[in-house]
Parts: sequence; structure tokens; C-alpha cells
Amino acid sequence: MNAVLFYSTLGIYFVATVAYLAYLIKPRETLGQASRWLITAGFLLHCAFTLDRYLEAGRTPITNLHESLSFFSLSIVGVFIIIERKYKVFILGSFVTPVALILMLVSTIFPTAITPLNPALKSKWLAVHTTVAFFGYATFAVAFGAAIMYLIQEHFLKSKKLGAMYQKLPSLDKLDDINYRCLTFGFPLLTLAIISGAIWAETAWGTYWSWDPKETWSLITWFVYAALLHGRLTTGWRGKKAAILAIIGFFVLLFTFIGVNLLLPGLHSAQSLDFLARTKKSSFPIWKPIVSHPDFPDGN
Amino acid sequence: MNIVVVGLSHKTASVEIREKVAFAPNQMEKPLQALVSLPDITEAVIVSTCNRVEVYATSRDIAGGMARLKRFLADYHHIPLETLEPHLYTHHGEAAIRHVFRVSASLDSMVVGEPQILGQIKTAYGYAAEYKTSGIILNRFLHKAFSVAKRVRTETKIASSAVSVAFAAVELAKKIFDDLSDKTVMLIGAGEMCELAAKHFLNNGARGVMVTNRTFERAEKLAEEFDGKAVRFDDLFDYLHKADIVLSSTGAPHFIIGPRDVENVMRRRKLKPMFFIDIAVPRDIDPKVNDVENVYLYTVDDLQEVVASNLQQRAEEAKKAEDIVSQEIGQFFKWLSSLDITPTIVALRSRFEETRQAELAKTLANWKDLTPEEQKRLEALTSAIINKLLHPPTSVLKQTGQGGRADLYVDALRNLFDLETAPPEEEVGELEE
Repeated sequence: MNAVLFYSTLGIYFVATVAYLAYLIKPRETLGQASRWLITAGFLLHCAFTLDRYLEAGRTPITNLHESLSFFSLSIVGVFIIIERKYKVFILGSFVTPVALILMLVSTIFPTAITPLNPALKSKWLAVHTTVAFFGYATFAVAFGAAIMYLIQEHFLKSKKLGAMYQKLPSLDKLDDINYRCLTFGFPLLTLAIISGAIWAETAWGTYWSWDPKETWSLITWFVYAALLHGRLTTGWRGKKAAILAIIGFFVLLFTFIGVNLLLPGLHSAQSLDFLARTKKSSFPIWKPIVSHPDFPDGN
Repeated sequence: MNIVVVGLSHKTASVEIREKVAFAPNQMEKPLQALVSLPDITEAVIVSTCNRVEVYATSRDIAGGMARLKRFLADYHHIPLETLEPHLYTHHGEAAIRHVFRVSASLDSMVVGEPQILGQIKTAYGYAAEYKTSGIILNRFLHKAFSVAKRVRTETKIASSAVSVAFAAVELAKKIFDDLSDKTVMLIGAGEMCELAAKHFLNNGARGVMVTNRTFERAEKLAEEFDGKAVRFDDLFDYLHKADIVLSSTGAPHFIIGPRDVENVMRRRKLKPMFFIDIAVPRDIDPKVNDVENVYLYTVDDLQEVVASNLQQRAEEAKKAEDIVSQEIGQFFKWLSSLDITPTIVALRSRFEETRQAELAKTLANWKDLTPEEQKRLEALTSAIINKLLHPPTSVLKQTGQGGRADLYVDALRNLFDLETAPPEEEVGELEE
């Protein structure tokens, strides 16, 4: 049942992405409408999958990489649907849905089995921390899509190459506005995620902040977006500069989310690292908790 | 019944002729009624715009109908027919259909793809419908023309790009600013193109205009015209940051705005985007201004290039549009020829005959003890019934075909009995035997 839901979601996302890419080539109103319906249907199915998984595991399904990537994808599609409806730019989907699809595809690489949760992590904060964090990530992913579009359109306008693509892309102001709007929603969410994470860490490990790589990189991500927001509000960073920063921010965010789990050992990465150590005979050191805390058992 | 078109357009007549034959928009009843009171003219629509005057009519006799329409145009406007005739074109049959479809789809316009013509034809049709001078054929014909025009509009990009420098500037601004309603335009210097562009910006919602000129009085005059604000030329850089769109066309021999100036302005604007349009030759604005962040500088040559490529695109799209028109002509022509009487009678007869045969076969199959003699009599009886029933409508149709409104009956019959619109050729042959 769970696998069926997952793969039908994946299938619909695939079709929706193809439809949005086709819209990029032939921007017909009907095609845009169809794409919108497809992605919405995919989203509902994805919600069903997540709910099913939640009931099966008895906890928010964001505890291994498979679940996290799927949930990330779900949040991106959710945020995208809202933004797309507000700004009425179908073409944003041509840039955002591929990201959601790729995340879903990547999530299939990782084992899907529901693993028992580390007892230390069992807390209501799991749901709060992860949901808030992922919706924050998702808004930044949409901002990333809009920023890419901005840079392309800006390039056309500056170089005076006003081809078919220029015609299809929305105006710079609109793209910049989407970017800014995402920032104003994403940044508070990211801040909340860090705060709720710290509170959760306190209840789980007895310390608010332990400078594990995930925490450090979250803070770096936060600073990048804080700088962008500050720049926007005070010196009026907008347009190209803001777009570039939104893109940099998203890459830092992706590293925080995936790279840290895979490359840097730490508290957040227990399961994925275990998996890699067991299956790949990788050169990664078998993870040992950096912070030794009586409540926090060993890696498995 | 034939569709006949007689008219003249910017392609065949100069404005001196066109204005003489134009019809006043609010006094269409008289000419329309005059047209349908002409012998053999059953329906009429008059299209009168600044670029064309055309009469669409239906008539049995093609040559006679055309001659009457020509004579009408000349007489109504008191112009000798000899003067008018060289400028007139005439179409009938398929060519007439193609012509009207092309005109509605803006393929025959001075600027191919311009959007006004469709509205003008709709208005023209509105008058004809109001005064009841259009009937079954022209109603269907013009509605078809509207739908062809709509198809062309949605399926091709014939009207999607600007083909004048001023419009190209407005379209560019919309790709930078999205909404022009809170944007201010600054005019530096004066000049026809500059003023025209400023008008276009205002028509597209721009909030206000500032005008500056070396001669302050001229700036004031122009500002008054646009309901804007006049700025002294020396104060240009104190006001420039308030402008989002800058149109420049001074006679200065050197650049009056350089990248440094614009960088300062941008700082004061908190990097809000600016759009500079340099119409002056020699140029007013240093091309390096385009390299300043969030600043877009277009010269008149850049805009002309945009227009040229748009025109080229339109020409390519026009080819697609012609294909659409060709497809639709076939369909409409099929319907039009189905209004002819003979094929309708054939279709009606065969519809009755089919039913008779089918019912007869059913009866005979269930009624096996009939002798061949009795079967024959049954056959004769049913044949007689349908012949009797069909006689009056057939003769009425043939009579009205001599000059009345047969197309009305034909259309009604085809709808009532659900007859095919175009009967196969051989059936027509059978009837003539």
C-alpha cells in the first residue's frame, strides 16, 4: 500500500514535470491548467502517502533519508502550488517541479524500511522541528527556481536577446517579488526550525547547542539568508544580487540538508551513516556520538 | 446562393478615395436597407473602417450582384463609377470566403496582426443584425469568420509582439516592471518619437511624467500637455532618481548621462530598476550605463531591431494563419453548397427511402406467409405514401428556388431531418435521371 502510493506519486510528478516542461516550449493556457491539476493531484497523493506512513510508523515520517527527501519534495510542491496560484505564473512550475521530481527519485536510492526511532529522539518536537524546517527549505527551493528564472530573464534584457524564451518568462519585478516573498516566509520558518531544534536538543541530549555539523551548517544557512534579508531591507539589494544570493543560499541549504548527513558525522546523521557504513564499506568512520550524553545511545 | 464581396482597401485606394466611400458609423440603417432592396440582393453587411470599405452580400447572380454593389457604392457616395471602379476588388465563392476570413484574422491589414479589425467587423455585423439585413447565410458566415479569427489569434503568435518602436519600448518596460501603474516617466528633451512613446506609457498606465528641456518654457509646455511636472535641465540629477523610465532625445553633441551619474542615482533609489531609452542621435546616454546593476539601456537602434524581428516573426506566423484559413474555408463552403436545393431534395428523399426500406424489410421478415404478389403491393403502397408526402415540400422548394429564400427552407429541412450537409456526388446524378 505504502509503496503503491509512493510510486503513483512519483509517476504523477513525472507526468506533471513533463507537462510543465512542455509548457515551457508551448505556453498554452490549457497545458498550464492541465499541469496545475496534475501537480495538485500528485500533491494530494503524496499527502496520502505521508499520512499512511505516519500511521504505520506512529511518528512523523522524517527520520531517514528516504522519508526526509520525500517530505522535502512534498513541501516544495505544496509551497509551489500556493505561490503559483498567487502569482499566476505556470512557467514557475517548469523550474520548480523538476527539483521536486529529482528529490523523489533520489529518495528511492535509500532504504525505505521503517527503522525504529532512537528513543532519545521520540518527542513531539520531532514533528514541530522537522515540519517547520522542511517548509522553510521548500520556500527557499521555490525562491531558488524564481532566482534562476530571474537571472535568465535579466541576461536576455541586458544582452538584448529577446527571443522566444524571453517572451515566455515573466517580468523581472514579478520574479524578484516571488523571491522576496519566499524569503519573508522562509526566513522565519528557518529561524523557528533552529529554535525548536535547540529546544528539542535540550530535552533529548540536555544541551541546547552542541556545534555538531548540522547545527553549524544550519547556522551558516541562516546567516546567508539573514544577510540577504538585511540587504534587501536596508540597502535595497534586489534583482540580480538578490537572485544570486538566493541561489547560493539554496546550495548551502542543500549541503546542510544532504551533504552534512552524508559527509560529516554528527548527531543528526545517525541513520544514514549507519546505512552507508553497513552497505558500502565506505571509508567513513563508523559514527560515534561527538557529544556523549547518558540519554543518547550508540549509533545503532 | 452566392456570397459576393465588393470593396476597396489601403492596398487598392489612397486615403482620398477611401474617405469618400466611408460610411458614417451611426447612420448605417439607410445604406443597409438600400442594399437589401436592390433586386437579387438578399442579405448585406457593410464594413467601413479607415483602411477599408467593403460590402458583403448574397445574390443568386454573381456578375449581376457584383455590378449592383459597385453601382450602389458609386451612387450612394455620388462618385462616378468610372472613378471608383479601378480601386474596387470583387470576390465570390471560395475567394470571397477566403477574403473575409483573412480580413477578420487581420491578415489583410496594413499592420498584419493588428487587433482592431476584428472588433470593427463585429460592429459592422452588429448593425446588419440590428437592421435585419443579414440572414441565415451572412449570419453563419460572419460568425464563422469570427471563430476563424479567434483560432488564428490563439493558435499563432501573429499579434503577440510590438511592431512599432514606441510599443516595443512599452513591452520591454512591462518585462522589467510588470506593472506600470506606479511608475514615473521622465522625458529629457523633446521630439516626436519621445512624446509618442510617453503617450504610450501613459496609455499603458504609467503614473506620471516629468519633463526637462534646456529651454524651460518648452519643458513647461510639454509638461502641461501631459499633465506632468516640468524640471529645470540643471536640476536633472536631483530628479532622475524619481523616474523609473527615462526617455531621452536632446540635441546634445555628447553624452549627458554617464555610468557614474546612474550609479549615484541607483544608490538613491535603493537599486530599484531603471529603464533608459535613448532616442537621440548622436546618443545622449553612455552605453556603459547598461552595465550598471538593475539598469537597462536601449537605443533607438535596439528598439528598431526588436521591431524588425517581431515583424519577421509575424510574417512567419501569418503563414500558419493562412493554413488555418484554408482549412476553415473548406468546411464553410461545404455548408454553403449544401444550401443548394437539388442535393437537399436528394438527401431528403433518400432519408425517407432508407426508412421505408428498413421498415419494410422488418415487416416482411416477421410476416412470412405473404405471397410475392402481396409483398409487391405492400412495397407499392409504402412508395406511394412517401411520394405523396414528399411532393408538396419538393415543389415548394423548387418554386422558391426560382427567386425566393430557398436557403431558409433548405437549412430548416436539413436540421429537422438531420440530413448530411454534403451529399455524395452520385446521388445528385440519380435525381437528374
